[in-house]
Amino acid sequence: MENNIFELQYAMDTFYFLVCGALVMWMAAGFAMLESGLVRAKNTTEILLKNVALYAIACTMYLIVGYHLMYDGGIFLSEVTTVAQMDDVAIAAVLEASREAGFGDMGEYAGASDFFFQVVFVATAMSIVSGAVAERMKLWAFLAFAIVMTGFIYPVEGGWTWGGKPVPFIGELSYSDYAGSGIVHLAGAAAALAGVLLLGARKGKYRADGGVNAIPGANLPLATLGTFILWMGWFGFNGGSTLKLGGIAVANEVANVFLNTNAAAAGGLIAALIVARLLFGKADLTMALNGALAGLVAITAEPADPTPLLATIIGAIGGVIVVFSIVTLDKIKIDDPVGAISVHGVVGLWGIFAVLLSDSDATFMGQLVGAAVIFVWVFVASLIAWGILKMIMGLRVTEEEEYEGVDLAECGMEAYPEFIGASGSGK
Amino acid sequence: MKLITAIVKPFKLDDVREALSDIGVQGITVTEVKGFGRQKGHTELYRGAEYVVDFLPKVKIEVAVADAAVDQTIEAITKAANTGKIGDGKVFVSPLEQVIRIRTGETGEDAI
Repeated sequence: MENNIFELQYAMDTFYFLVCGALVMWMAAGFAMLESGLVRAKNTTEILLKNVALYAIACTMYLIVGYHLMYDGGIFLSEVTTVAQMDDVAIAAVLEASREAGFGDMGEYAGASDFFFQVVFVATAMSIVSGAVAERMKLWAFLAFAIVMTGFIYPVEGGWTWGGKPVPFIGELSYSDYAGSGIVHLAGAAAALAGVLLLGARKGKYRADGGVNAIPGANLPLATLGTFILWMGWFGFNGGSTLKLGGIAVANEVANVFLNTNAAAAGGLIAALIVARLLFGKADLTMALNGALAGLVAITAEPADPTPLLATIIGAIGGVIVVFSIVTLDKIKIDDPVGAISVHGVVGLWGIFAVLLSDSDATFMGQLVGAAVIFVWVFVASLIAWGILKMIMGLRVTEEEEYEGVDLAECGMEAYPEFIGASGSGK
Repeated sequence: MKLITAIVKPFKLDDVREALSDIGVQGITVTEVKGFGRQKGHTELYRGAEYVVDFLPKVKIEVAVADAAVDQTIEAITKAANTGKIGDGKVFVSPLEQVIRIRTGETGEDAI
């Protein structure tokens, strides 16, 4: 009888990983819609292609080597139990392990579901980069970087944090990051920042007199849809990071994680909307959208412990930070078309320290060292990778290509074609 | 009075507009258009099928000026819109019979 319960628990916790993994995968659609809505029409096809391709590359590179670097899952997932390997002997071994651990511990679950849940986080970290370098980076340089980031840079820092591996010269970290404000979001922003510094701003964005030109996005309905999709997917991102569902305490924790995640997003949106209204005089939709995302990033490092009110406030502070960060980055001429570095990097850092507001086990030094290790490693490694790519193939499209739009230059097709008939001459 | 119509590259719009403003031209009308002159298009592939991109995005600027200002206006537009590369565009000058300001009813050069 007890075996039946262990089987159920295994199935439930495996199922939970899979469903949450699928929700986080859905965030890839969110990023694609958000970014394509905030770039110009002539650059839409290319950013969509970057988003679908980076997702596929992340899944493949993490499968080949990334998961092994981070969690010792074996090259090509050789340590993950296949269907054929889960025979009666293996099942008996799982039941034995469950009996020994009892119900208090993590419990058993399918290794493949663990990989599935982890791999979609890699894709999320990588897709943060695509928005920041939009409209002027060479597509294939970006994809080449994606291979390095998802196969090596992210897995190494993920191994030092979630993987529990000791950092050279520093040892094991005592860093608390529930779902990855630092490990995923700050990391992605660090890679993006390194890229943007070597890439330069879009032509015509900054004037010689220090002024900033607006370059409005082509499709705000898509940007809004993308934000809502990300919001929903985040329930899997934070919710799944509880890593378990089968149990009273842990199910209650999951419920609170969903609640707090939602509350933080709401707080972030409202705060950003109010700040934007006060600063700019109008209700800036794009700032509201960035605010919701900032709220989500802010709560990601600790969505379980805060009270709902505290979660809302943490999100709201993220929403305030993001508006000022976006304006400040433009003042120092760091061109970020979708605000990725602000939402994921600056607010990611806030999220890391917001943990201290509700988690008594976390320490300021622990969070500081963790944040520093993540940022320095990813930023420097990315700078090297981008630098090598710049030397080998160049990072930036030509001025002509930038004016005509990278859709035609890189993809050979427009996202919003007009004047293209069957015979191809404008009917 | 003359109606000056200029077809220019889209990213040159701001430069042309500043140049016109510098010589005192106060009103312009802008339309997004597609077209080509001698600048050839090129072929692309969509899911394996070839198609021709020969209509290129341009911007049409229309401005009404007094006869005395025509040469100045043409020079301002041409200098601002010039890149030296193919596809820079053209300027057309046509006679303007009458101009009326709707709000006040002024006509002729008073309405420009």
